[in-house]
Formats: sequence, C-alpha cells, structure tokens
Amino acid sequence: MTEPLGAIAELRAALDTGAVSAVQLVDRSLARADALDTRLNAFLGLRAEGARADAARSDERRARGEVRSPLDGIPVAIKDNMVMQGEPTTCASRILEGFVSPYSSTLVEKLEAAGAVVVGRTNMDEFAMGSSTEHSVAGPSHNPWDPARAAGGSSGGSAAAVAAGIVPAAFGSDTGGSIRQPACFCGVVGMKPTYGRVSRWGLVAFASSLDQIGAFARSAAEVALLLEAVSGHDPRDSTSVPEPVPAWAEALDGDISGLTLGLPREYAADDGIDPGVLARVNDAVAELERAGAKVREVSLPHAHTAVATYYLIATAEASSNLARYDGVRYGRRAETAGGLTDMYVRTRSEGFGGEVKRRILLGTYVLSAGYYDAYYRKAQQVRTLLRRDFEEAFRSCDALVMPTSPEVAFALGSRTEDPLRMYLSDIFTVSANLAGVPGVSLPCGFSDGLPVGLQVLGPPLEEGRLLRIADAYQRRTDFHTHRPPESV
Amino acid sequence: MADVSREEVERIAALARLALTDAEADRAAAELEAILGYVELLESVDTEGVEPTRHVLPLATPMRDDRGVMSIDPELAVANAPELAGTAFVVPKVIEGEEEG
Repeated sequence: MTEPLGAIAELRAALDTGAVSAVQLVDRSLARADALDTRLNAFLGLRAEGARADAARSDERRARGEVRSPLDGIPVAIKDNMVMQGEPTTCASRILEGFVSPYSSTLVEKLEAAGAVVVGRTNMDEFAMGSSTEHSVAGPSHNPWDPARAAGGSSGGSAAAVAAGIVPAAFGSDTGGSIRQPACFCGVVGMKPTYGRVSRWGLVAFASSLDQIGAFARSAAEVALLLEAVSGHDPRDSTSVPEPVPAWAEALDGDISGLTLGLPREYAADDGIDPGVLARVNDAVAELERAGAKVREVSLPHAHTAVATYYLIATAEASSNLARYDGVRYGRRAETAGGLTDMYVRTRSEGFGGEVKRRILLGTYVLSAGYYDAYYRKAQQVRTLLRRDFEEAFRSCDALVMPTSPEVAFALGSRTEDPLRMYLSDIFTVSANLAGVPGVSLPCGFSDGLPVGLQVLGPPLEEGRLLRIADAYQRRTDFHTHRPPESV
Repeated sequence: MADVSREEVERIAALARLALTDAEADRAAAELEAILGYVELLESVDTEGVEPTRHVLPLATPMRDDRGVMSIDPELAVANAPELAGTAFVVPKVIEGEEEG
C-alpha cells in the first residue's frame, strides 16, 4: 500500500529537490484514501481532478521559482462545512444534498493563496453537532487506532485523515471541542485559535458566538504553519479580530523556561477521569516541568457549569442559524402538494437528522416566551462568570493544562442512545469556546493502546505561547511520531 | 425536575417548523426533560447583577468606504434553488387553501 504522507517539512524538502512533484503527492494522497477510506469513512468527497489540476499549477510555479509559501503543493483536507467554489458542501446532512457552492470561504481563498492543494472534504457530525461523527448522514468515521471506536467529533474525519497519513494536514471547526477532542482520540495535534482569529466567512454557521476554525497536523510546528496561513482579519466577518498574525512557526525554539502552567484543581479532582488518562497527563505535566516550566494549582470555580451553559447557548444559536434551511434558496426541497408552510415542515423534517432536530427543539424551547430569562439569559450570565474564571486564572499562570477528554476514544454506538452522556464527554473542552480563548490538544501517550490528549489553554491571542509549549513537549517526546497500525 | 409534556414538544416543533411522529415526540419529551433537568444546576449559581455575555468580543458595526464592489452574479447566486423563474425563487402557494390561478 502507498506509504503514509510524511510531515509538511519533509514533503516540502522533497518538492524543493524535485524528488517528488505536487501532482505525485496528490496521487499518493488519493491512493491512500482509496486504500483506507472504505474502512475509515474519513471523507465525504475527494476532488481528484481539481486537486491534480491545482497541484499541476503548483508544480509550474515551483519550476518558475515562484513558490507561494511553505504550504505550496502540500495536500490538505477541509471539513465539509467550509465552502469552496464549484464544490459540494453537505455538512453531512441530507438537507444540503446537491448543494454546490457559488463562492469560496476565506479559509479556502487563503489556502489557495498559499498554494496548498485541497484534496477532499472530511466527514463530520451533521452541522458539527456531536462528539463522535456518528451523527453523519454518511455514517461514522472510524478511529484509525481501532475501527470499532469513535474518531471523535465533530471534526472526526479531519482527525482520522491526518492520523492515517492520508493528508499531512486538515482543517476543522471547533464550537465546543470539535477540533481538540477528535485530535485527542486520533493521536494528532488539533488547535482552536482565539475566537475571531480565523475568518468564519464561508464556514457554515452552527453557534456563531462559539464557532472557530482551526487546524490538525501531527506536530505543533506544522499547526503553527497552517494557522499562520489561514488567520487574520477579514472585513467580511465582523467578528474577526483586527490583530496582526505573528510568525508563530519561526518563533518555536523549544524554550519554555520561565512559563508558569496552571492546573485547575476542579479538573484534577474530577473522579470521572479515566485513571490511564490521568496518569499520562500527569506524566506530561512532569515532562513540561523538566523542560523548565513552573507548575501551580489554580481554580476555575464555575467549571462544573460549563456543559450546561454551553448546551443552552449553542442550541439557542443553532435553532436560529438553522432556520435558513427551508427548501427555498438551496438544498433539498421535499415533495409536497401543500402550501409554503407544509413545504418548510416537510423539507426540514426529512432533511435534518435526529441530533440536529433535538438541538433545534432544545434551542427553540430555551428561546421561547416564558423560558428565555430562566434558561438563555441565565446561561449568558454564567458565561460571564466562566470568562472571569479564566481572566482570574491567567493572572497567576501563563497557560492552563488538563486532559482534553476524560477518557480515550469510546466505542462506536456506546453513546448515541444517551444524548446527555454524549454532551458530558465535552466537559474539558467547552469552557474555552465560552470564554473565547485558544486551546490545543496534543498526544501525550497511550492508555489501553489508544491515544491520550493533553490540552493547553491560554489567554486570548496567545496562540504562540500554546504552540511553544506543545512544540517544546514534542521536542522531548515521540508520542506524536507513533502511527496507527497499518492493518487497520 | 423540568416537566416537558408531549403537547409542549409539539408546540415547540411547530415553532421550529418540524413535524414529529408520535413516537418521536414522546422520545423528544423524555430527552428534553433529561437535558433540562441537568441544566437546572445553573439555578444554584448566583448571577445577581451579572451582565450577560452575548459575545466574547466587544462588537461594533464596522464601517467601510461607500464604494461599489463586485458581488456574486445573480444567476450564480440562485443556481442552487430547487425551483426558479429567471433569477427569482419559486415557492408553493403562500395562502393555504386558496386555489392557484
């Protein structure tokens, strides 16, 4: 079988020496997808012809000495909620069946400007609502480490594609952990930058005050390159941050001496953490101490309220955002002999899956007359307290460290019948979205043969610090170089 | 414990333009009850006088120069519509019970 694709730096060196062409990289990526994806189900669509044509243009640029960036000619995948002109976008939903985007997202425009080659669209929970990719109209993605287990979600396809070496890099979106948790489950690095760092123009909206695009790769150094390419202010997204993008990759030198890491005591004391996960995370913290970081205990007093707050705010925003799917302007329209309202109802009832309907119902409920103050306004007030917790914690430390997930990848099918239990698997990730702070998950060992993730959170706009910590850890350990068994 | 009746679920579903079968409505009532029961833990948090966070960023309406910019072609913009008349969207009759003509 085709070998897994190597790291971006290796591929770039091979492109520079002419040992390989961008077209050959695309062919290797497609061949590997062809060999593995019937088992993994990481992709919802591959763009073989388009990617080969883009790669051929990259090869021509290189021949002319006009290489655009370190990503020129590198194959990447995007989650199927980021639009690309002339390509389908489905959000893993029946309701977007047949949709072909008339425009490109800022993310795709920036990737094209950098010369990266989009090879395919990855699987996800429908409209990014889920923690396992099981709520996909195309069925779940499988974890490359154990196909009976979840790849995580909602960006499970992106994480699985990188872990399996089909692409060296992929993009996802993170509303409550949808990059960090699948990165953790699949043993790769996944980073959600500060809210507003990457433009949401052309990202299909789930919960607009929480949604953020980020990147997957096997090392922090690669994630730094990817995020540099796609971050930055965008006048088309009024929530994009008007701040310059630092040269994150160049600044990585392995030095974290003088940094203070905070261990939130509320999570350390959480008896719901799998002992194997806790042991690996404690080992990782000890390794960071050996690298020169100081460690102290901090407190996030409202941590226990995060999941409840998140599910009220996220579903309220989702119920409003998803009102646009009505069978009028795009997507699949249900057959009906009735009038307009009947068409709306049939289109939405046939087009949305169970989890999306559940969240629309919950969101509609909490926004409805008589419940707004008790649920939605209350959740927004608690969100303020959660933000203040982070502000207070960052007065005494530079970054927070904790598990990404309280457990390793769970078995497919083990959570789908119990929505609340599925929601609670996001306990360590949702706070970062509510507070708008950046976070990264990186592999820090194995428990029962499955990857464990260390999560590092930082103050707003301090992505560079998080990448520095993750990179320093990866210079001292080799967990991120392990690959899942090829027999999978 | 939040008490969610099937009638309540049907009222909410109608607001959200969703139709549920009897079995789906029963199941949704039980699930919403469980989730709303869980979020009741927020009631124990003192939020007296706390400003709600609608957004983590201070949002202002950004201004730009009043200059025309090229936008998307109308034909392309509507190309995904299930039914079109020129560049206009066609929908089923709006007033229920009225004959077309």
